[in-house]
Amino acid sequence: MAAIWTGMVLISILCGLATGNGGAVGAAALEGAGAAVDLCLAMAGVLCLWMGVMEIMKRSGLSAGLSRLLRPLLARLYPEFAGDKEVMDSVSANVSANLLGLGNAATPLGIQAARKMRRRTPGVACDGMCMLVVCNTASIQLIPTTVAGVRLAAGCATPFDILPAVWLASALSVCVGIAAAKLLARVWRD
Amino acid sequence: MSTFFTMLVPIIIGAVALWGMVRKVDVYSALIAGAEEGLGVLIRIVPALVGLLTAVYMLRASGALELAAQALAPLLNAVGIPPETVALMLVRPVSGSAALGVGSELIATYGPDSTIGRTAAVMLGSTETTFYTIAVYFGAAGIVKTRYAVPAALCADLAGFLAAAWAVRLLF
Repeated sequence: MAAIWTGMVLISILCGLATGNGGAVGAAALEGAGAAVDLCLAMAGVLCLWMGVMEIMKRSGLSAGLSRLLRPLLARLYPEFAGDKEVMDSVSANVSANLLGLGNAATPLGIQAARKMRRRTPGVACDGMCMLVVCNTASIQLIPTTVAGVRLAAGCATPFDILPAVWLASALSVCVGIAAAKLLARVWRD
Repeated sequence: MSTFFTMLVPIIIGAVALWGMVRKVDVYSALIAGAEEGLGVLIRIVPALVGLLTAVYMLRASGALELAAQALAPLLNAVGIPPETVALMLVRPVSGSAALGVGSELIATYGPDSTIGRTAAVMLGSTETTFYTIAVYFGAAGIVKTRYAVPAALCADLAGFLAAAWAVRLLF
């Protein structure tokens, strides 16, 4: 992440100078920092709400039931955490929220899973955590409502006719992501 | 059907609360305890997002993405992706709102039922804001060494873009 971040900043400065956008780059740096705090405040309520709901699910045994249901799939994706009940419960809740198309709920639940995974390898992303991130960046969205709204606004009569294509594309992207993560887990040296 | 989807969140919350009552859990204090934990998580995410968004905003303002778009257009044409969507593909992993803006513009310009408009819509619907997700997850978990998470996630994005272009050609 250090290299990526420094690279992004350096490329911005060089391109900004080359294209004569130097002033805009300077203003954008400050604007971005402010936007980050706005974004955090915007997601604060949803995050707290879903972590609260997750706590109810945990205490009532609902998340354990969910994780039994998804276990055959998840034990394969996260072999090193297959025996860790707490991690499996959080990951199951995250996967369920993703499948239901509740991106707002999936993020807090996934964060909780990541925090529980961290306990074994503090500061370093273990294989399970990389898999979690990959599965969530390529999240399967069953009903892409925002995009359908944009198409509707542009005068489309059947805004949802792209659904099969969206499902096909996201399924393929998840599969490639999982394959890439499994492959890189074997060959990555650091 | 559409009421069901708009009501999905309250239905889930209600069902969870009801199940908790049945299992004799103090539902409200569990909710509050979980929400309090959420506040702690949020504080850890703020620094990670400040770092990331500063770089993302600089990158967007610098015109680097436009330069890269020009360079990549012929390559994309060769693999079957409409070159008009290149700006969308470059913006998508870094900024959700910017991607939605670029995508909406494509859809409005070329029409929602054109190949370009449809491809843009499918690309938006089948991918996520990768760097934002990574920053939030790893920020909350205090991860400094991200190992292969970024390349693996970008592989998934690339596959999603290719699949979006091919699916639109195949299905329409």
